[in-house]
Amino acid sequence: MALKIVKGSIDRMFDKNLQDLVRGIRNHKEDEAKYISTCIDEIKQELKQDNIAVKANAVCKLTYLQMLGYDVSWAAFNIVEVMSSSKFTYKRIGYLAASQCFHESTDVIMLTTNQIRKDLSSPNQYDTGVALTGLSCFVTPDLARDLANDIMTLMSHTKPYIRKKAVLIMYKVFLKYPESLRPAFPRLKEKLEDPDPGVQSAAVNVICELARRNPKNYLSLAPLFFKLMTSSTNNWVLIKIIKLFGALTPLEPRLGKKLIEPLTNLIHSVLSLFIVKYLGLLAMSKILKTHPKSVQSHKDLILQCLDDKDESIRLRALDLLYGMVSKKNLMEIVKKLMLHVDKAEGTTYRDELLTKIIDICSQRAYNCLWYISILVELTRLEGTRHGHLIASQMLDVAIRVKAIRAFAVAQMATLLDNAHLLTGNTQRNGICEVLYAAAWICGEFSEHLEEPMATLEAMLRPKVATLPGHIQAVYVQNAAKLFATVLRGQEGAPADSTVAQETSQLLIDRLPLFVQSSNLEVQERASCILQLVKYIQKLQQKDVEVAEEVTALFAGELNPVAPKAQKKVPVPEGLDLDVWINEPPSGSESEDEGRKSKGKAVFAKDESRHTKPRYTEVDEKELAKRREVRKAEQANNPFYIKASPSSQKVRRHSVSKPNPSPSFSLRLWMPMSDQYVKLEEERRERNKADKKKKKDKKKREKGEKGRRRRGDSGPESEEDITPAHMVDIVTEEMPENALPSDDDDKDPNDPHKALNIDLDNCPLMDYQVVVSVIFENKCDSFIKSMEFNVLDSLNSKLQRPDGAGPHDGLIVPFQLPPGISNEARFIFSVQNIVMPQKLKGTLTFIVKTDDSSTHEKLDFKLHFTCTSYLITTPCYSDAYSKLLESGDLKGCSLKLEGVNQPFHHLLARICFHHHFSVVERIDSCASMYSRSIQGHHMCLLVKTADQTVSIDAKCDEPGLLGNVLDEIKLTFSQC
Amino acid sequence: MIKAILIFNNHGKPRLSKFYEHYSEDTEQQIIRETFHLVSKRDENVCNFLEGGMLIGGSENKLIYRHYATLYFVFCVDSSESGLGILDLIQVFVETLDKCFENVCELDLIFHVDKVHNILAEMVMGGMVLETNMNEIITQVDAQNKMEKSEAGIAGAPARAVSAVKNMNLPEMPRNINIGDISIKVPNLPSFK
Repeated sequence: MALKIVKGSIDRMFDKNLQDLVRGIRNHKEDEAKYISTCIDEIKQELKQDNIAVKANAVCKLTYLQMLGYDVSWAAFNIVEVMSSSKFTYKRIGYLAASQCFHESTDVIMLTTNQIRKDLSSPNQYDTGVALTGLSCFVTPDLARDLANDIMTLMSHTKPYIRKKAVLIMYKVFLKYPESLRPAFPRLKEKLEDPDPGVQSAAVNVICELARRNPKNYLSLAPLFFKLMTSSTNNWVLIKIIKLFGALTPLEPRLGKKLIEPLTNLIHSVLSLFIVKYLGLLAMSKILKTHPKSVQSHKDLILQCLDDKDESIRLRALDLLYGMVSKKNLMEIVKKLMLHVDKAEGTTYRDELLTKIIDICSQRAYNCLWYISILVELTRLEGTRHGHLIASQMLDVAIRVKAIRAFAVAQMATLLDNAHLLTGNTQRNGICEVLYAAAWICGEFSEHLEEPMATLEAMLRPKVATLPGHIQAVYVQNAAKLFATVLRGQEGAPADSTVAQETSQLLIDRLPLFVQSSNLEVQERASCILQLVKYIQKLQQKDVEVAEEVTALFAGELNPVAPKAQKKVPVPEGLDLDVWINEPPSGSESEDEGRKSKGKAVFAKDESRHTKPRYTEVDEKELAKRREVRKAEQANNPFYIKASPSSQKVRRHSVSKPNPSPSFSLRLWMPMSDQYVKLEEERRERNKADKKKKKDKKKREKGEKGRRRRGDSGPESEEDITPAHMVDIVTEEMPENALPSDDDDKDPNDPHKALNIDLDNCPLMDYQVVVSVIFENKCDSFIKSMEFNVLDSLNSKLQRPDGAGPHDGLIVPFQLPPGISNEARFIFSVQNIVMPQKLKGTLTFIVKTDDSSTHEKLDFKLHFTCTSYLITTPCYSDAYSKLLESGDLKGCSLKLEGVNQPFHHLLARICFHHHFSVVERIDSCASMYSRSIQGHHMCLLVKTADQTVSIDAKCDEPGLLGNVLDEIKLTFSQC
Repeated sequence: MIKAILIFNNHGKPRLSKFYEHYSEDTEQQIIRETFHLVSKRDENVCNFLEGGMLIGGSENKLIYRHYATLYFVFCVDSSESGLGILDLIQVFVETLDKCFENVCELDLIFHVDKVHNILAEMVMGGMVLETNMNEIITQVDAQNKMEKSEAGIAGAPARAVSAVKNMNLPEMPRNINIGDISIKVPNLPSFK
């Protein structure tokens, strides 16, 4: 036999093992892929053999190939085979492979449940360990549900090695199967005080992860953690606890004071230079949230960090600046940031800088002129990915702030004129996105243009055809809008009508370029408008004034609509959308009808936007078509721009015209924002002076105003700063009767939501006993519909599902064919564990024979001994002696005569039947320890001499102790 | 939580990859490449933290790495982990490797990635830190190796002999990852007592 094994292994040793594979790959640098594919073929052959050693070797090689990027999921079944080998060596290989390539949708995972359960209860701790490690990587909801109980049992395993792994994996189980949190929590809490530091650290780890997501449920653990923090010497545990307190302190302000001392000790001891800068910035960002002023004073230092060569530090500093911005220093900070944009190397950092600038401004900028000019300056960046962001900000500001429009339009017109600088070299230059915004703003608010004709010309340049399709489409559409404005200007003037006709001719000349576009959208819009313009020209030649009609095409104002508006339209009473309103529709007409009525409900001003059908019958069709185009455009345009938080603080003031600023005539590439900084300063000075003057006059009034402002403004005293422009910010439209609700922002898929379980309002959970009942069918018939019921006593209650009455039975979740047995578990909550008790119960079931089925009943008694409330808990001898010294425990003793068995058998019996563990054994004397589910300590001193066993026992609950000793006596009297 | 642990050499060749969330093989390779790209262009004397951004799982995560001789050890972690703690953990990991392989070098990792995985499994489990005490880790690893040897028993002897012969002419490479030279820059946090 042995010879055969040796022979087999000699055959095997010429198989390629992992090292050979690696060596082979290194020797085939030129044709690596080819070499690996022959290796995979070999592996496939090896996997077909029956020899488990060969299979394991093959799986080991696959694990390596997986790291190199080869998909090995085809071998999943073989991996399961190797996992179920009885040899640890192979089992470990199998579990490693599984942990590397199994995931929730691997279907063979279903087959592993029983194997894993077997490994978890293996007498070899490393089998259990390997199974736990593997499971932690590929646990699925099904596995979590099926194995939760087994893992929970392992949390009280005698070996700390198993305990710590079992505790740690529970977090993964909670994530996949949240129902397990409540029953497992008491035990988890208990592990915080486990004698083994590894187990303790694992428990801290798990609770910290849980508390990070739902801190309020763990506030009650704060004292326990505080104790740990002052007593633990494990740095890892300390760090975790401090992180946990970080999450808890906002909820319980008193904690903060207590924490200061230990934390300062810790901080003083950290003195590593190259990390400290980073950590310092990190810490500052934390402080910023609570004490913004103390951080403000370090502004210059933080700005310096922007120059650091380390990108991580720069990003941190940027983050910090973002939090520090206030109305007062906004312009200054942004100005500095703009300088950095120029210098910044590396697109990632520059893009980050850009988004931050926009973020800062979009939330706080109150000087919109300045903001627009910043945005325009940002367009100088080449190769940024954020053109779209800039564009949407431009649209956002222009649409919301009426007063800014004239200025914005002028800026955009310049942008359009200089479009060639933006589009520059390549197509993929993201910055050309801003032209989208520029074209739209110029078109929509064309009444503000000083030279609409020039802009129109700029928009129809042949070079536009090189832009991306969606931008061209906006160009074409807005050229039409501009055309309407231009016509109105030209017809209003007394000059001869040929000018207007020339304008039409310009469009007729240039539009065909777009009609040929390969982009459908551009093509469609261009051909529509081309036809329209041709018709207009015809009318113009007959000296008909058309400007007004053309303008009417684009009448009506666009207001921003809140992103949630559609959702918030209340359903009218009595409206049942599932009922036919009319007979089923015969054609597309009714569909169209439906769309219109919906439109009206959301967009209040909808009707005014449609053109009156004043045109002659010839145009009827075209107008309809155009309406469609317009609708399509609406879907793409800033109508749906997401609200920025600034809309929260809407100020409603009367509109006043913005002063036409001198910067209108400035060239585009000069940084204009600086000018605004200066203007702003001057304005503030003026304001102050004004205020002083007015002060006497309006003393009372101002006082009131000032107080109100202070109430709603930020941490700085901002009452000195008034908005630069009296701004009419357009609020987003919301449907009438919209209900205020904010809960629709939460992500329903967050796995941690399910773990938000209040663990304190469940006083009974500390005293739970799981009863495992084995049902065996000894008759020849099929048994089904079993219902398990117990008559609750005051002290012990069967836990029934929510909603079930106190006398309802629990359905046993399986049926029993003849001769089969199965196990079901029931949870009881127990108030008082001092006394043993018996519960009466009944089992009802249906016995099914070939021709009939009868309903039957079986009565039984459940005996809860006091022993069943004890949990095997290891204890160190020094902790044990401390416990005895404390004097809290009361004693009791017992003598057993005529016990005729070796001492170690006797100890094993006590351990097995009564859940004790041996603390120390010296000759014929042993100390033992156990703990009840309610935390009573129980200590035994067992001595033996001449067939007499004497047990001295101590416990903090004498009643419980007496009963346990009686039960021990009973055990020995039975043998 | 630790999201991933990667070891690659100065040329970006993966020596160990352990992902605690599932990704397709292609994505994994891409993550390794991108991480190498980010980490390798950084100077030796800048800090060991890198806010990854697009990499695994978005901006909540950061990369914490150390560079030893020819190898980069990179941990991708979320905000619940402390940067210093992880740096310390990397140090423990490397020191443990050094003890287990006796003067560890890149070649050990190349040829025995399975053993490295087994050592790692005693330190980090399912993305959570299991053990930080080096002696405890080594005890457990040794005990398991002993078990493996006893299982191989007499039948394993010839295979071991052949393997020894095969290993005789390994290409020469500088041994030693050099954990001694680069002094430990992470200060050990003092205990509160």
